[in-house]
Amino acid sequence: MTPPHPARRRLRAAAAVALSACLLAACSSTDNSGSGSSGAAGGTYTIWDTYPQFDDSADWVQLLQRCGTAAGVTVKRTAYDTTDLTNKALLAAQQGNSPDVLIVDNPVVSTLADAGVLTTTEEVKIDTSAVAPNLLAAGQIGGKTYGIPIGANTLALYYNKAILQAADVDPASIRDWASLTAALQKVKATGKKGITFSAIGTEEGSFQFLPWFWGAGANLTKLDSAEGVSALQLWTDWLKNEYAPNSVINNTQTTSWQEFATGQFAFAENGTWQLANAKKTGFEYGIIPIPSKAGGTAPAPTGGEFVAAPVQKDTGRYDTSQKIINCLTSADNAYTTDTTLSYIAATEAVQAKQVQNNAELKVWVEAVSAAKGRTSDNLGTKYPRISQPMWTGFQAALSGSKSPQEALTAAQAAAAAATK
Amino acid sequence: MTHHSTTRIPAPAAVPRAGGRRRRSGQWTAWAFLAPVVVYLVAFYAYPLYRNLDLSLRHYTVRSFVQGDAPFTGLDNYRTVLDDPAFWPAAWHTAVFTGVSLLFQFSIGMALAVFFHQHFRLAATLRALFLVPWLLPLIVSASTWSWMLNSDSGIVNAALRLLGLDPVNWLTSPTWSLASVTIANIWIGIPFNLVVLYSGLQAVPSELYEAAALDGATPWDAFWRVTFPLLRPVSAVTLLLGLIYTVKVFDIIWIMTKGGPADASTTLATWSYRLGFGNLLPEFGPGAAVGNLLIIVAMAFGLLYIRTQRKALR
Repeated sequence: MTPPHPARRRLRAAAAVALSACLLAACSSTDNSGSGSSGAAGGTYTIWDTYPQFDDSADWVQLLQRCGTAAGVTVKRTAYDTTDLTNKALLAAQQGNSPDVLIVDNPVVSTLADAGVLTTTEEVKIDTSAVAPNLLAAGQIGGKTYGIPIGANTLALYYNKAILQAADVDPASIRDWASLTAALQKVKATGKKGITFSAIGTEEGSFQFLPWFWGAGANLTKLDSAEGVSALQLWTDWLKNEYAPNSVINNTQTTSWQEFATGQFAFAENGTWQLANAKKTGFEYGIIPIPSKAGGTAPAPTGGEFVAAPVQKDTGRYDTSQKIINCLTSADNAYTTDTTLSYIAATEAVQAKQVQNNAELKVWVEAVSAAKGRTSDNLGTKYPRISQPMWTGFQAALSGSKSPQEALTAAQAAAAAATK
Repeated sequence: MTHHSTTRIPAPAAVPRAGGRRRRSGQWTAWAFLAPVVVYLVAFYAYPLYRNLDLSLRHYTVRSFVQGDAPFTGLDNYRTVLDDPAFWPAAWHTAVFTGVSLLFQFSIGMALAVFFHQHFRLAATLRALFLVPWLLPLIVSASTWSWMLNSDSGIVNAALRLLGLDPVNWLTSPTWSLASVTIANIWIGIPFNLVVLYSGLQAVPSELYEAAALDGATPWDAFWRVTFPLLRPVSAVTLLLGLIYTVKVFDIIWIMTKGGPADASTTLATWSYRLGFGNLLPEFGPGAAVGNLLIIVAMAFGLLYIRTQRKALR
């Protein structure tokens, strides 16, 4: 073979270099845009949140901009779907371009902390002393705190006033499971439907099952305890007696809410975030906390996001990140944010202010105070591995393929294998 | 890369012969034409496949995913997946889902293709209407199916009640959920089979039918002795493509049942997704392993197809 012409050879080599460079850039960009500039004031700081429903004109985004300006920097904000954000954050960390501030669903905090993606509040010097301990717990693993809650939401029971009146049920009398089931029976006798909830085979279903599970006194480390089985028995009996529709097995919290909004249901287990929609249903509604088995308010799982500072190569950036985070979670701003998000504040002082301005929130503040983080009790990343067998378990029982006892025994075996 | 050209002995100064030059410049042009497709293949096929294989051969935790130091564990992820009690049910559901879908999609598609081949009035309009399932975004058709099959407020159960039959828990009973998603998938797949088989029918010369009719063949005979054998190559492609589409169907099942209740409609595709993305704690390794198993299945059938094609050509 004759050696190629030098010019052509150079061209070919250049093409090869360009090609591989382009591939490298596309496939594993190691440089980062988030922490490219120096740690001094000025520059652009990136914030990722889980509120795609808000555009640039929304109060929330305006607040982000203001907090950036106050810290002397420009804020670049990107919104992701809640389910997307975990993987997006992990990928970004892998590529070394984590955002400066991350606003993330609370059960994900322990996963990201476990991955070494997040800094501790101690490191970035964020004051969490005012935050309610039960809310902060979702972000604490092994004695360290990995973020600060921006607000919280949880579950309670919405009820349709007219239906309860017609069935002669006083909502105030519902204080335990027995009185709730009795109320459902009375409602059914009047030809209306009892209760709707979401028992879908995803995290959403587990979220809705937990108030009953914890309300029975059960613990996530032992799914098949007598208490746990009694919670599943309660749900299963509701379906068997047609107090709850069979469709709950496939209901998301949104479809469950749509069922309630038809005006045919006496009760709906749903969250703080439906308050605005509740006003649009066209019928009078009320809210009671979810009762525990023996009486009193059951601990419901906390929902809502944490503000966290992902690890940066350039630790000089933490100062500004800290300023932004403190700004976002300061009392005044937290009040505005939680009002926009229809959340309950994470600090007692702001909670009091919320109730003062809107008495309707009182029941929610109570529910949030009784609530519990899913990853609390030092479960951390064990929680997801317990949650999945749990939802498979209650789906098996509700669909009639197993008894509650069998279903939870199998679930416990699977959870034990996954967390060992 | 650049040192490559500099360390080489400089090329002789002699001007190459005109013929050689033309040939080489032709070669160069050929490479230039090839480059886009090579870049495309490498960036969008080879690299993702390699990454997926790599993911499935390492023990990834969220931490090692970020740090990039996941230890190589060989086939451990595959062992985990195969030992998982969810594996065989998922594999069985995949087989049933794919087999039943293909059987009905193909036979209904074939029946419709033959039907439309009659060229009656409005045949073209009607045929166009049959394409609707294909044109709708999957999220729309799957959501519509899931509303129609809702236990309490679905139109299908309302119809059953009108007929005096007991309503069926289509999506929420473990005995029915797989059947429900299969029915929805058959509906979505019919247009594809119809279109491909119909175009295959166009290629069958009409003289053959005339000859068959002269020989006294009934329409039934004509179908089995003329149409069907002549459509065999087209049928094979249709079935193969159908198989590859169906074995990896994920969206319809995920939207309609999330693989539930209690895994009753979980296939390998939805299981793989759930492992990787459907949980708070992603398990990339096993998720990638299940995905690769699916690729192997699809590839095995692809090779089988190529072999039979070659045999047929000989």
